[in-house]
Amino acid sequence: MSIWKYANPTQFMRTTRWLLPWLSALAILSVGTGLIWGFFFTPDDFRQGSTVKIIYLHVPSALMAINAWLMMLVTSLIWLIRRHHVSALLARAAAPVGLVMTLIALITGGIWGQPMWGTYWAWDPRLTSFLILFLFYLGYIALWQAVETQDTAADLTSVLCLVGSVFALLSRYAVNFWNQGLHQGTSVPVATGGRTVSDVFFVPLLISMAGFGLMFVVLVLLRTRTEIRARRLQALLARERAAS
Amino acid sequence: MIPDLGKYQGAVLSAYAISLLLITVTVALSLWRARVVKQQLNDAEARAKQAPDTH
Repeated sequence: MSIWKYANPTQFMRTTRWLLPWLSALAILSVGTGLIWGFFFTPDDFRQGSTVKIIYLHVPSALMAINAWLMMLVTSLIWLIRRHHVSALLARAAAPVGLVMTLIALITGGIWGQPMWGTYWAWDPRLTSFLILFLFYLGYIALWQAVETQDTAADLTSVLCLVGSVFALLSRYAVNFWNQGLHQGTSVPVATGGRTVSDVFFVPLLISMAGFGLMFVVLVLLRTRTEIRARRLQALLARERAAS
Repeated sequence: MIPDLGKYQGAVLSAYAISLLLITVTVALSLWRARVVKQQLNDAEARAKQAPDTH
């Protein structure tokens, strides 16, 4: 079975129609469990107090902000190389969700930073690269809106996505490149496996991260289905105009 | 009901309120647009079926 069969819009619509309700239920369950567990049933941190509860929003949203752009990078490359329309529409559908995730990460980071660092904002490498990523999301969405020819818009936004990927990767690894920032390094290093977060905080965090990931997938699939329908609608309306 | 958040109550509650609001708005807008576009497509397809074949 080839993954490329999902490049066919009809096959994509058929598969996602039965997949979406299950994924939606799983996303609601895991986001709800992660946030309720984190907010109501975890203790305060001995140093950060109750602000540690912001971790259940901040880390998953920051993770998805970066991963959304990387997913857009993959689908943009598929568009540029293989010209599958569904892949271009997947990237287009993911951008507003990634934008919201970046915004949540920036806002919750600022709110968390004020009591811990004494400031809402600092021109720290990770914060600055995240702000640039946010601006790239805005630019990407604006470019899709600005170009009328859909294929040209997909080409241009794909190139923009390649450029923006530098900042998506930079926002993940910025703390490793520069040491002068306020932002701490990752507490859950995937590569080394060693983490500095206690289980009492880590388990609900893990559930929340999975929930945000599922929520992202659900929203992207839903929005891609809408984009496919919108494209079909445009074609029908163009045919109506030509006939009249 | 709400746990004792001490002196950071404002910070924690505002972080949750803003994030949940943004997520809710994103989900609501996605569902609303999905419904509108689906309805418009159904109408357009119905018109296309009724239109005489000019080919």
